[in-house]
Amino acid sequence: MTRKILRINMTDLTATYEDIPEKWAKWAGRGLTTAIVYDEVDPSVHPLGPNNKLVIAPGWVSGTPAAPSSGRTSFGGKSPLTGTIKESNSGGLSSQKLGRLGIAAIILEGQPKDGKWYYIHIDKDGVTFHDASDLLGKGMEEVDRIMWERHPNEPAVIGIGPVGEHLSANAGISVNDPENNPGRYAGRGGLGAVMGARHVKAIVVDDKGGPGVEIKNKELFTQGRRKLTKAILAHDITKPDGGLNLYGTDVLMNIINEAGGLPTRNFSSGQFEGAAKISGEMIHEMVEKRQAGMTGHACHPGCVIQCSNIYPGPDGSIIASPIEYETAFALGANCGIDDLDFVAYLTKECNDLGLDTIEMGNTLAIAMEAGLIEFGDKVGALALMEEIRKDTPLGRILASGVATTARVFGVHRVPVVKGQSMPAYEPRAIKGIGFTYATSTMGADHTSGYTIAPEILGTGQKVDPFTYEGKAELSLAFQATTAFIDSTGYCLFIAFPILDIQEGFEGMVESVAGVMGWDIGPNDVVELGKEILKMERLFNERAGFNKEHDRMPEFMRYEPLPPHNVVWDVPDEELDKVYAWVHEG
Amino acid sequence: MRVEVRLFATLRRYVPDLQVGEALTLEVPEGTTPRDLLAQLGIPPDDVKIIMRNGRHIGLDDPLADGDRIAFIPAVGGG
Repeated sequence: MTRKILRINMTDLTATYEDIPEKWAKWAGRGLTTAIVYDEVDPSVHPLGPNNKLVIAPGWVSGTPAAPSSGRTSFGGKSPLTGTIKESNSGGLSSQKLGRLGIAAIILEGQPKDGKWYYIHIDKDGVTFHDASDLLGKGMEEVDRIMWERHPNEPAVIGIGPVGEHLSANAGISVNDPENNPGRYAGRGGLGAVMGARHVKAIVVDDKGGPGVEIKNKELFTQGRRKLTKAILAHDITKPDGGLNLYGTDVLMNIINEAGGLPTRNFSSGQFEGAAKISGEMIHEMVEKRQAGMTGHACHPGCVIQCSNIYPGPDGSIIASPIEYETAFALGANCGIDDLDFVAYLTKECNDLGLDTIEMGNTLAIAMEAGLIEFGDKVGALALMEEIRKDTPLGRILASGVATTARVFGVHRVPVVKGQSMPAYEPRAIKGIGFTYATSTMGADHTSGYTIAPEILGTGQKVDPFTYEGKAELSLAFQATTAFIDSTGYCLFIAFPILDIQEGFEGMVESVAGVMGWDIGPNDVVELGKEILKMERLFNERAGFNKEHDRMPEFMRYEPLPPHNVVWDVPDEELDKVYAWVHEG
Repeated sequence: MRVEVRLFATLRRYVPDLQVGEALTLEVPEGTTPRDLLAQLGIPPDDVKIIMRNGRHIGLDDPLADGDRIAFIPAVGGG
């Protein structure tokens, strides 16, 4: 079956399946969410108003048989946190199910005239709207459970917690995993509030009996997915019992700490004395010691990397899933908290309430810097989360993210770019990632151009993290390649093997070309990625952003970061090189 | 001279009783290199992807100095 656009209009509660217009026909995943937002959302609209839209798209290969680690769903819209265009993608069950229903994208638009809240059920027979009034105020753990009780076939549940209902700027969108836990998030940029502004609490996707994904050239697809799978299984980072599989993403905690690039206590140091206690090695040890939970968990069916985990408490009951490096950095090191159980308790609160863990941890760090509680006060941090759950005015402030909280409490050390706070790599000590934070169309974001691979991990190539020469080109190459990978439906972690193994890179491209019936090769990846970046960049320009917004926070220019005592010393002209091509030729 | 050595991720298996984050303090002769340390610890150099001295990348044959903090890291990634 040819892919369709599913347009869901909440104003008149209608759902229509539309043919894909030619201008969008080649895109999927991030490429498609971006193209639709670029064409249909006026960059000047208010993100929470009636004219913003939430676009949800599986990737090119999502839902195909045996494409490895291909469960990413892209979510796009105009961000309430940054005011820029936003694409945030998540693992979990939704991508493959949407793909198998033949849905290229859902466009969620409008607002109910009656002010009521709904949840939406999608299956092979179409779309039904359901009263969601009994779900309001409920956390995602309960929402996921209720949806599986009410609807058969263990469907995907895309949902928002209470903070999404409140239209808070740090509301993420949850996707359930195979165990029906709510921990997979399109977290960044407040897209949960965009969904909440449509008065949609959840979207339930059941693919049973769906037509499946049309594959135009099966032979090429099969050849490609085999080459890619082989590369993933062979590479030291992604192979079974490799670093990611055994210890999860939090294997990076000790490494980045050793490099002096672990943001600690609201970005005042690059090293945390308690790093080992909240590291991936410690997660692995606790799972073994407590004989509960697991490492090597798959966030979606068919993942061959399996980097997720389920973290057990002291009594063997499950606290939260997953504890990622970003989560442990933000709720741990950056808050001065070295207790893994409390990192897990805080993660559970974020996952249930519907918050991005990066932005939330960084916000707690701002609250600590402001003196609401002390750095390292893990009990106090949980008490602040309770303010969000009780929906107090303080809770509303904290759920609005770093920039708002810092403004309210008069904090000037504010690690944000375009309103979005920085992830787990200190740009003063790792310059290339700073280029990505500063210039990304998304605000400060590591996934959009992960130069950590060559700067710290020695993947693909090795470059010096402390210098800025050549980093504009490096960051652009990563940003463009990432925009392509974010459109495939493949997890970004396939980048580790394919950066080193050319056959794997070819395999990724061939699998996409096979699905779409294209004749493209590895050399087309960067150009296709740049097409996506250009739409995003132009949207942002029309929303009022220019190169002066591609800057690092001032404190990083004058506060030396221990232990290397380095500042952000990159000239602005270097940053401006990254996107200079948009208006040239 | 004395150096502090940390082993991360899968490399910790080579020193079974080493706790997560625990450092080994080794007394070694002047001119010792990371390659010498690996030989002493029984770790094949092929298993090591990244070597850091005091937070900066170095090579297998760079001579070490008294008081250096050394980290041996296998191939890892995340995000």
